[in-house]
Amino acid sequence: MKLDTAFMIDRIPDFIQAALLTTEIAAIVIAASLLLSSIYNVILYHRLPVLHTLVRVHVEIARNTPLLIQLFFLYFALPSLGIKLSNYDTAIIAMTFLGTGYLTEVIRSGIDAVPPGQEESGLAIGLSKAQLFRYIIFPQALRISTPALFANFIFLLKETTVVSAIAIPEILYTTTSYIALYYKTYEMLIMMAAIYLLLFLPLSFLLSWVERRYQHGTFGT
Amino acid sequence: MTHDAAASPILKLMNVGKSFRKQVVLKNIHLSVYPGEVTVILGPSGCGKSTLLRCLNGLEFINEGSIRFNELELTPKCPQWQAVRERIGMVFQSYHLFPHMKVIDNILLGPLKVQKRSKDDALAQAEELLERVGLLDKRDAYPRELSGGQQQRIAIVRALCMNPEVMLFDEVTAALDPEMVKEVLEVMLQLARQGMTMIIVTHEMGFARAVADRILFMDKGSIIEQGNPTSFFSEPQTDRAKRFLQQFYEIETWKGREVI
Repeated sequence: MKLDTAFMIDRIPDFIQAALLTTEIAAIVIAASLLLSSIYNVILYHRLPVLHTLVRVHVEIARNTPLLIQLFFLYFALPSLGIKLSNYDTAIIAMTFLGTGYLTEVIRSGIDAVPPGQEESGLAIGLSKAQLFRYIIFPQALRISTPALFANFIFLLKETTVVSAIAIPEILYTTTSYIALYYKTYEMLIMMAAIYLLLFLPLSFLLSWVERRYQHGTFGT
Repeated sequence: MTHDAAASPILKLMNVGKSFRKQVVLKNIHLSVYPGEVTVILGPSGCGKSTLLRCLNGLEFINEGSIRFNELELTPKCPQWQAVRERIGMVFQSYHLFPHMKVIDNILLGPLKVQKRSKDDALAQAEELLERVGLLDKRDAYPRELSGGQQQRIAIVRALCMNPEVMLFDEVTAALDPEMVKEVLEVMLQLARQGMTMIIVTHEMGFARAVADRILFMDKGSIIEQGNPTSFFSEPQTDRAKRFLQQFYEIETWKGREVI
């Protein structure tokens, strides 16, 4: 079998475009999920009535239904209720819904892992519950959960493939479109694999480097 | 006792009792602590001495009786716990420094965020206290870079920098080796000489004798004996206290293999 390399080279700009879109969606989703899940954990930590329950409901739905279903629900069901969103907005919202669910659990487990003595010594110097969370518990919980958070960032980046289902021209959608148009199956699959690896491997290394830096100087007995 | 009779107690416990579910951990505790007084609580493990200490700054709540701190009545629902904790410092067995903060930030957190003091004022006091415990050169170190004894001295400074009226010490040398025990006890002795009101739970008998104005001996949740250190150590009144002290003397007078 002979690969049509000329065709592959011609497609590079399209794939770069697609990779940028994938990265953009992932970056927005990760930032929004991190922010929301932090707010969620403030709610959980203070056991705010009603809100506490709403957070639990969101987290359980997000974690126990497939992303594709969440996406279809937003994309096909909401318009019949009169809410019409662009497919880009739908993708961002659906993925943030999922991401927030996962990251909330990750940060919550980090909060649980902060030794109880930390809370006591914070109380003993007169900190309020909110100050305790902000200065003592949350910073330590973030550090404890850094590895798990980063694993989930990569998970979310990979989940962007799912939004191809609603015609977002990210990497997978671009690949399958060209396969359908030109039948260049192998060429396009090879390019897709290459571009995902180019995206993920440096990110993986970057994140483990950040992880080491971030934890250095603060922990270890 | 060293307090003058006219002074009113800084802490007054009346008929305090506490239980976890059905297990009674404190009962019928009557105690008055006067300004400048050093009270040492002794007793076997599980006798309730740590719990008693923790009830004084609201880390645990009592079920019966009352605790008065100066003019304040400390009840579980008391809205002023935060204000009370500013005025009652506590040091723990395992230091509990904040590992993600430098020494100086550990010390300044309370003064700046709770007491809203000016940075200059708090910093000057923190550095003076660090100097006093011989750790000024560690101001920018992280807790994990310090030995246990150093961490415990920092924990004492962290509590002192709030200018508390009373200091509670909960077995603060129990996790340290003998050399570090000495450096921590010296700081506490110095503090006692300067007139700090202190309540100390410890198993260091020599230190208890040296520092205490008054010894309380607890067993099974009650104070069963109290008195000045000289009489307590030389002629304990109760059998339980006699047996307790006997254990310590025995260990100290062991000779080589004879014990086996």
